[in-house]
Amino acid sequence: MSRQRKKIGIEKAWNRWGWIFISLILVGIAVFIFYPIVYSLYLSTFSTRGFLKTFVGFGNYLRLLKDSYFILALKNVLIILVVQVTIMLFLALIFATLLNDPKLKFKGVYRTALFLPAVTSLVAYTILFRMMFSNEGLVNNVLMTIGIIKEPIRWLLDPFWAKVTLMIALTWRWTGYNMMFYLAGLQNIPSEIYEAAEIDGATKTVQFFKITVPLLRPIILFTTITSTIGTLQLFDEPMNLAAGVVTGSSVGPGNSLLTPSVYIYNVCFKYSPNFGYASAISYVIVMIAAVLAFIQFKVAGEQK
Amino acid sequence: MSRKLRYTFIYIFLTISAFISVFPFFWMIVGSTNKSVDVIKGKLTFGNQFIANFKNLWNNYNLGGVLINSIKISIFVVVFSLIVSSMAGYGFEMYSSKSRNRIYSTILVTLMIPFAALMVPLFRLMNFLNLIDSHWGVILPMIPSVFLVFFFRQNFSQYPKEIIMAARVDGANELRIFFSIVLPSMRSTYAAAGIYAFMSSWNAYLWPLVIIQSEQNKTIVLMISNLASGYTPDFGTVMMAVVIATLPMLIVFFSLQRYFVQGVLGSVKQ
Repeated sequence: MSRQRKKIGIEKAWNRWGWIFISLILVGIAVFIFYPIVYSLYLSTFSTRGFLKTFVGFGNYLRLLKDSYFILALKNVLIILVVQVTIMLFLALIFATLLNDPKLKFKGVYRTALFLPAVTSLVAYTILFRMMFSNEGLVNNVLMTIGIIKEPIRWLLDPFWAKVTLMIALTWRWTGYNMMFYLAGLQNIPSEIYEAAEIDGATKTVQFFKITVPLLRPIILFTTITSTIGTLQLFDEPMNLAAGVVTGSSVGPGNSLLTPSVYIYNVCFKYSPNFGYASAISYVIVMIAAVLAFIQFKVAGEQK
Repeated sequence: MSRKLRYTFIYIFLTISAFISVFPFFWMIVGSTNKSVDVIKGKLTFGNQFIANFKNLWNNYNLGGVLINSIKISIFVVVFSLIVSSMAGYGFEMYSSKSRNRIYSTILVTLMIPFAALMVPLFRLMNFLNLIDSHWGVILPMIPSVFLVFFFRQNFSQYPKEIIMAARVDGANELRIFFSIVLPSMRSTYAAAGIYAFMSSWNAYLWPLVIIQSEQNKTIVLMISNLASGYTPDFGTVMMAVVIATLPMLIVFFSLQRYFVQGVLGSVKQ
């Protein structure tokens, strides 16, 4: 009996300590994440202009459907998502596979070099790329000297090339970062599997698609989802790549670098501020992120 | 393809890729010693403008003040978010209960929310708290890091429970067990988490851009962005600023590299 009671007492104390340890983060998350996300939903049903706040219900969301800037911003990030994220993750996977080869020399040097871009500040490296890709800049010089191009490419002045520049910059910054996740995952795959495949006569390409990719599926899924969220909320790079290159309110030539986050920022702090409308935009982005993550989970699950 | 040929291709491919990865670092250092015109033309040799560029940055762009602001913000974010999130990770892992596990899964979902979605209400909140244009306005929302809670929980799950049990038998209080037994023995986990927190606070752009308005409160990242987006920026000076902003992270990376890798590994292992 007394033993029983003591056990209950310990369990109660145990439970109390659990709450004590997590209390600080709960307060922080409640104030700085949950409150904003709920308030944002409420605010998205209003149109706010300065001190004027009028209830519009779904009005902001309907307005979004016809907002050509918003649609363009969405289109821009979706292009980056499909093209750049695919190339980057594929490259990262190849680097990781090559560096996982026990017979390869200078592994540490290659790994450090490829990972190094991930320690730069987003703003700093973007500005570096802006200077490298200027009209009479380094990249054009090199390409013209080698003889690949005759005329300088208008990297940051042409809508198409501006997006290409952004994608090159993003790939430079994030490939090594994703590679590290794959390398970590590859270490959990026993080398015997590859040796057995080798004996069975499987080529390296077959091994890559039949062993590496399927066994790394959870990590590939993880990196795909984080890259998707990262792409949907791109801000630092387009903002700084576009700055100073184009005058007026266009973000990059012909708004080719406009992203939802940049648009939200502009709606809040650059044009006449409309916090209600900005909240609606951000909610749509949250929904799109959730839907994309759900689809990615489904796809990764089904191919098992 | 013969084995030798294949390896030759692999080495060429890896060397070119490694060169592309490292080259901008080299160019940035070269650029910080050159004149604006030379930077824009892509000059690849060292110049003699190093001191001039530094002086320009120091005298005309308040480099000292800006660095102090960035360091201050980073230190507060790192210290507070390590304490808060490691305690939470420990709490979720060591005292798991049904309700707390449910809370844990709920907060993990918030990792999906883009920051821009929180920005507007956070701005209004900071306005209400009178923290616009203050460093605390920047620091506070950066403290609760859901990712770090996840990271610490993963790492604490490897911690031998017998040690905690033994300490309990000796009559140590739970908070003391955490702070004087568990925390000191998880140094590498804290180092990795510290690097993560430092990088995200040192590099933060959007939130400081929203909160900070006056010149004297700007961070180095805001200063660079500002400097580079002027009408006729001095690119030599911009390069110098880029070098100075990147240097602390390179130092942290190279001195704590093994923790860095460990940190990345720890967050994937399930």
